[in-house]
Amino acid sequence: MNDLQDLYQQVIIDHNHNPRNFKEIEQASHVAKGHNPLCGDKIDIYIIIKDNLITDVGFTGSGCAISKASSSLMTEALIGKSIDEADHLFEKVHDMLTKGKADIEGIGKLAVLSGVHKFPARVKCAILPWRTLKNALENKDQIAVTE
Amino acid sequence: MSKLDVNKIRSDFPVFQDQSLVYLDSAATTQKPHQVIDAISEFYSHSYANVHRGIYNLSFKATEAYHGARLKAQKFINAKDWQSIIFTGGTTESINLVAHSWGRKNLNMGDEILITEMEHHSNIVPWQLIAEDRGAILKYIPINQDGTLDLSDLGTLLSDKTKLVSIIHQSNVFGTINPIQEIINKAKKVGAITLIDAAQSAPHDTLDVQDMDCDFLALSGHKMLGPTGIGILYGKLDIIEGMEPFMGGGDMINSVTMSKSTWNDAPYKFEAGTPNIAQAVGFGAAIDYLDQLGMQNVSEYLQDLKLYALIQLKAIEGIKVYGHTKNKSSSVISFNLQDVHPHDLAQFLDQDNIAVRAGHHCAQPVMDKLGISSTIRASLYIYNTKADIDKLCDSLVKTAKFFRGL
Repeated sequence: MNDLQDLYQQVIIDHNHNPRNFKEIEQASHVAKGHNPLCGDKIDIYIIIKDNLITDVGFTGSGCAISKASSSLMTEALIGKSIDEADHLFEKVHDMLTKGKADIEGIGKLAVLSGVHKFPARVKCAILPWRTLKNALENKDQIAVTE
Repeated sequence: MSKLDVNKIRSDFPVFQDQSLVYLDSAATTQKPHQVIDAISEFYSHSYANVHRGIYNLSFKATEAYHGARLKAQKFINAKDWQSIIFTGGTTESINLVAHSWGRKNLNMGDEILITEMEHHSNIVPWQLIAEDRGAILKYIPINQDGTLDLSDLGTLLSDKTKLVSIIHQSNVFGTINPIQEIINKAKKVGAITLIDAAQSAPHDTLDVQDMDCDFLALSGHKMLGPTGIGILYGKLDIIEGMEPFMGGGDMINSVTMSKSTWNDAPYKFEAGTPNIAQAVGFGAAIDYLDQLGMQNVSEYLQDLKLYALIQLKAIEGIKVYGHTKNKSSSVISFNLQDVHPHDLAQFLDQDNIAVRAGHHCAQPVMDKLGISSTIRASLYIYNTKADIDKLCDSLVKTAKFFRGL
């Protein structure tokens, strides 16, 4: 099995076919939209933050297996985290995807995304939900883009 | 039996020394034969100088070569006058030139520009910009779900308010060949100026601007074996002579004083600054290459290959091919494979050294209309073979199995 199949084997099995928290949250306190102009993928992220804690996260939209898996894994990882912890996680995942940094301690299941770094054209797919998250946390109105 | 010797053609393209490469993205840009690469290298090595300036032999040779390329382009589209051939950076610049130079002078508040929902972004955005600038209105001929134009309301869309009609000749998404003659004829009846975006048709079919009787036609060199950074805008002489310059600078002037300048004649009026001389020479070599093959032969070969590709693709379970229904179509095929997102699919095809395009193909309005975000596009050219199609289909089947098996 080659690297690509290996990567997909790990992420698709679960999260592409059965994405977690694939839902719109009407009473969300923070929302943001993301767009990958290269492939036309779109994502919406909904977050409920109470007393500085993320109590629920959802996402909707259309995307490739990698962006869907990244979104799904992200929502799982965020629930229960403080905003500072979410920011910290963003930095770690961002570095792992863009620089191939192996500092994956404490990121749990998200480590499966480390293989994406070997496929430069796909880094944007994996990073889109995280950029969108960042905008949602900062209450930015503009659409997060990958370009 | 095809009149093209594809083995010989493939041997002309250095990129295919990698025999495992299956290049199916010619609608984005074509590969280059050594004849084109060599012509550019030869020109830079032995005939290079600036054009229209030097009183010395080398500049004379460069000017001759540059002008020679213009004459080849004139012949390629059967234009009446060589002065009608304006060198540009490509189709996008050609359309922007018309929008700017013709549009600023001739469009007024309430005037209408008619395009189609099938256009490439390069034939939408320049009109949006000039329409906003001039208070003009941009209207669209709708498309049907099968990737053809819906001309049922053409009679209403065209009126005496319509000042310009700009249409894509062959769709870069569906391969649909549009009935441009019918549209040009009807546009003329209301007195509208017509522009044909021939970026996709020029590499595939014989073009004859006198026969079409369009006012403008735009094409790109890099989609027809030539280098990047060169294309042409054809414009009827009486129209372009009345147009204001696009960019100001050297070569496009007659005289310059501190208070005022006067313009050079067409086409130089629209070619400010040192032009893309070597690219024009390379473009000329590309035209020579296609002329030698014969555009009729090119067209027939690609039609045969397209039919083979459609049959093979449609035989794969879960494939949806867009377009290619009742209308004539070119060898540009967009499709999706059930259960596999186009972006994932292109990545798996790349593992087998198969280059396809995945995305919206610079035609987001088309994608919106079909209610999809993207497709895979395989576009064929003269160096592609049935073996390429077979490799594509094998890889598609393998990938589908992998995704469905998980």
